[in-house]
Amino acid sequence: MTPLENELTALKKELVNMWILVQSQLNKAKEAMLQFDKDLAREVLIKEKRVNSFELKIDRDCENIFALHCPVAVDLRFLLAALKINTNLERIGDIAAGIALYVVESTVNFDIDGLEKTSLIRMYEEAVNILMDTRTAFEKEDTVLARSIFKRDDVLDAINENAPGTIADVIKADINSLPEALYMLSIIRKLERVGDQSKNIAEEIIFYVEAKILKHYESSQKGKTDNNEKE
Amino acid sequence: MENTIVKAENYNSYFGDNHVVKDVNISINKNEVIAVMGPSGCGKTTFLRGINRMHELIPGATSTGKILLDGENVYDMNAIYVRAKIGMVFQRPNPFPNLSIYENVVAGYLLNGIKLSKADRDVIVEKSLTSAALWKEVKDSLHKKGTFLSGGQQQRLCIARAIAMQPDLILFDEPTSALDPISTSSVEALFHELKANYTLIIVTHNMQQAARVSDRTAFFYMGELVEFDDTKQMFTNPSDQRTQNYITGRFS
Repeated sequence: MTPLENELTALKKELVNMWILVQSQLNKAKEAMLQFDKDLAREVLIKEKRVNSFELKIDRDCENIFALHCPVAVDLRFLLAALKINTNLERIGDIAAGIALYVVESTVNFDIDGLEKTSLIRMYEEAVNILMDTRTAFEKEDTVLARSIFKRDDVLDAINENAPGTIADVIKADINSLPEALYMLSIIRKLERVGDQSKNIAEEIIFYVEAKILKHYESSQKGKTDNNEKE
Repeated sequence: MENTIVKAENYNSYFGDNHVVKDVNISINKNEVIAVMGPSGCGKTTFLRGINRMHELIPGATSTGKILLDGENVYDMNAIYVRAKIGMVFQRPNPFPNLSIYENVVAGYLLNGIKLSKADRDVIVEKSLTSAALWKEVKDSLHKKGTFLSGGQQQRLCIARAIAMQPDLILFDEPTSALDPISTSSVEALFHELKANYTLIIVTHNMQQAARVSDRTAFFYMGELVEFDDTKQMFTNPSDQRTQNYITGRFS
């Protein structure tokens, strides 16, 4: 392998490690929410610093590779994608920490019935699965899997769009649940962002592997054939 | 079509039985900067030397096919005229050591026995040195030997010498490989300025230079023209795997 290939391989490993940490953060925040486990939530908040450290290190590694190796073609695309994926993962890390903070701040535990009615649990599971599949797509350079993310993000969007109604129903059923209902609405909004960030990552994977730019394309178009894609 | 200045049609070059350039077809437009790259021995310099018929100066060297300059096959033209219309700058700066800067610029006229008045010579020298971004540096020492200049200045003097003949096209064979980074930078800046009046074809081993200076890039491998495309496209998403392997350093 050339020195540049070695650097890129190491960078890819570093990104995957960050991905695993961010996934773990998101899962722990979910467990903390379901179990109302404030200790676990605090652990997520503490580990957020590690996510930030990953982001800084990956940024620095990319900068060094640009400066020292002048990458072109697929290597250049990989580096550009790595920089953006890094930013997206860090934001998902922020979202996990944000959800953990709600658990720490909330005085009452989240009602499982309310979580079910608002489809929050289903949304959370799908968001975690989407993030996991983007990692698989990245590791295997699987653009078919990356493309499947666009449709699956629509599920999160639909739950988010219905959230005002479903949250209102929870409040109507028990006015005392107002504070936790507002937390639930905020979590739904955050999970919708996880879907968006994962979609951005999927776009970067396709850009890196196929040199196709899907950014700012309607999501409905993305699942269709390559004929519609801008090259 | 009328914008095309040089066109190769099924062009082949040989050294004896060795088939060095294989069936190249390429069309180059006026005022373009073209980079030609590829691994050592891929035929890029031989192709370049075929354009101004320098290839045939080597014993045993032959070629087939056509090189059209403004639609006319250079192999049907007078070779001396071809080399006047197509200037060439080489890897190492090679000003004539016994001639002054002034004489070096007009060497093409002197050596071909073309007589010019002193006034005409003065105009050509100033214009050529100005075009080669050297006039300000040497205008007070025109009668010193060309070899007193720095490497970068000598190379620009060679460019001025090529420009003096008012060529349609200038060929560069690794023009900065013997220069330091500062001199390289000044020659590269000059390419951008020369583009307004000339068409440039530059053979280079320096891929970053190809990316910096050229509009389109040709990639040669084992005598074949593998890919010829917009330089931005070539360095972000080449269409041929061999090109990608070469520019990313994964060539085996």
